Amino acid sequence: MNLLDSSIRVLSQKLRSKEVSPVELASASLAAAKSHQPKTNAYITLLDENAVLDQAKTVKLTTPLSGLPYVLKDTFLTQGVKTTSASNVLKNYSPQYSATVVNKLSQAGGIMIGKCNQDAWGHGGSTENTDFGCAKNPWDLKRVTGGSSGGPAASIACRDSMFAIGEDTGGSIRNPAGWCNISGLKVTYGRVSRYGCIAYASSFDTVGPMAKSVEDLAFVLGEIAGIDPYDATSSPQPVGDYLSGINQGVKNLKIGLPKEFFNDGLDPQVKNLIVKAASEYEKLGARIVDVSLPMIKYAISVYYLLAPSETSSNLGRYDGIRYGNGRENFTQETIRRIMVGTYALSAGYYDAYYKKAQQARTLIINDFQKAFSSCDLILSPISPTPATLIGELISDPVKNLLADIYTVTTNPAGIPSLAIPCGFTGQKLPVGMQLQGPMFSESLLLKAGYTYQQVTNWHESKPTL
Amino acid sequence: MDVTSIAKLANLTLTPSELTQLETGLNQVLELVNHIRELNTVGIEPTSQVTGLTNVTRDDEIDQSRVLTQAQAISNSQSVHNGYFEVNAIFQDQ
Repeated sequence: MNLLDSSIRVLSQKLRSKEVSPVELASASLAAAKSHQPKTNAYITLLDENAVLDQAKTVKLTTPLSGLPYVLKDTFLTQGVKTTSASNVLKNYSPQYSATVVNKLSQAGGIMIGKCNQDAWGHGGSTENTDFGCAKNPWDLKRVTGGSSGGPAASIACRDSMFAIGEDTGGSIRNPAGWCNISGLKVTYGRVSRYGCIAYASSFDTVGPMAKSVEDLAFVLGEIAGIDPYDATSSPQPVGDYLSGINQGVKNLKIGLPKEFFNDGLDPQVKNLIVKAASEYEKLGARIVDVSLPMIKYAISVYYLLAPSETSSNLGRYDGIRYGNGRENFTQETIRRIMVGTYALSAGYYDAYYKKAQQARTLIINDFQKAFSSCDLILSPISPTPATLIGELISDPVKNLLADIYTVTTNPAGIPSLAIPCGFTGQKLPVGMQLQGPMFSESLLLKAGYTYQQVTNWHESKPTL
Repeated sequence: MDVTSIAKLANLTLTPSELTQLETGLNQVLELVNHIRELNTVGIEPTSQVTGLTNVTRDDEIDQSRVLTQAQAISNSQSVHNGYFEVNAIFQDQ
C-alpha cells in the first residue's frame, strides 16, 4: 500500500502525529503523477516541484486538508499558474487572481500539485474534446475517462492526489467518477462558489469534490462550501457538518428507483449492478420504492438547448482582445454548441426553442418535487454504458449527447447528486451509480453513500498501470 | 438552419467547407432536440435560475483587494499600446 491509498482521515492523523511529513506526501504525489502522465494524460500542467515542496515545508496543519496534495480541473483560475480550460484559446493564459475555491483550499493548507485535462469549456462527456490530447482511462487505456472532469478522475483513480475539485454542468463530475471508479459530488447549485471558475452554462455550473471515498468528499465539501460575496448566486444557507451524522445509517430511508431510467438504452451489465446496489440498500434497512420521472424524455432537449444558449453567451468574451487567442481556436464540438445556442436565442426561434426549454425546465423541477414527495433519495445509473472506446463519442455528435441522458436532468433542477462506484463489468470496467436528493440534501447523500461504502469495497479497487 | 447568418451572429469566421460540414452535425442535433416543440407548456412559467434568490446586491464600495493595476489588467493581451488594449478601428477615416 502506498501513502496515497490512505483516506483523508488517516493521512491527516499521520501528518499530525508526524508519522508522515507534508513534504514526503507532496513528493510521493508528484512522483506518481509524473509516472502516470505518459499513460493517462490526466494533466495539462504539473506544478513546479520546488514550488510545491516549498509550500509543503511551510504548511501549517490547521484543517483536515492541511498538507494534502490535490488537483484541479483546469477550469479554475489560479493566479500566475496557466489556466486553459483545455482550449487553445487560453493556452497561454495566466490569471491575475484565483478562484474562491482555490483560495479556500490554500487557506485550508491544501497543496496543489496539478491542473487537469478536461473537455474544453466543459463541452463533452469524454475528455476527448481537448486541445491537449485525450485523457485515457487508467482501467483500460484504449478507453476514455469520461468527462468533462476526466483528468481529475484519472488522477484520483491512479492515487496521484488525495482529492480533486471538478465542475459539473450536466454530469461532468459524475460521469468520469463512474467510469474511473472514484466518488464525486455534484453539489446543490450555489452550495460552492463559482467565482473564478470558467463559465460553461452559468445557471447549471456547480463546483464540487472528487475523491476515493464518500468520507473524503465530506471532508473536502466542509472546507469549500459556503456563501461568497464574489458570487451572487452562492447560497446563504448555512453549511452543514457533513461528517458528524455520516455514520447514522440508512434504516427506513426511502430510496426511489425511477422506472424511466431502466429502459432499453441501458447496458444490461450496468442495470444489473444498479439493481444489486438497490438490494444492498434494502439489506441495510432502506426501503426501495418506484418513482417516475417522465420528463427524462425531454432531458436531452432541455439540456442541449439551454446549456448551449448560455455557453454561446459566456464564450462571447473570448475575442482575443483582452486575453486569450482568437475564436478560430475553438474546436468543432465547441463551435457546434455555440452555433446551437446562438440559433436557439436568435429572433424567430427564441420562443420555439429557448423559452420552450425554460418551461420544460420548470416541468423537470416539478417532476423531482413530485418524486421526492414519495422518497428521500433517487438511485439511478450515471451513464448508460461503461467507458466508451476513444473516438467512439467524439466522432458522433448525437451519440456524444446521448451519453449524458441520466445526468442532465439534475442540473436544470439544481439538486445535488452523489456518484459512487458500484461494481465492475465482466471486462473489469468500473460502473458507478448516482444518488440524487432534494436541494441542499448533501448531508443525506453523503450519509447514504458512506453507509454503502462501509459494506462494499468497490471504491477501494484501483487500476494497475 | 442558415449556418452562415448564425455563424455571423456568433462572431465565428468559418470557411464555406467548414460551414457545410457543420451544417450536417447541427441538423442532427436539431433533429434530436426538436421534439420539445411538441411538449405542452401552456401556462408553465419558464425557469432561468434555481437559487430562489432575488436582487442580490453588494455595498457600493470599492473592494481594494480585487482591484487590478493597469499593468495586470493588460498582462494577458497580445496587442497593447501605451498601456491600453489595442483593438481594430470601428470608424474608418474617409
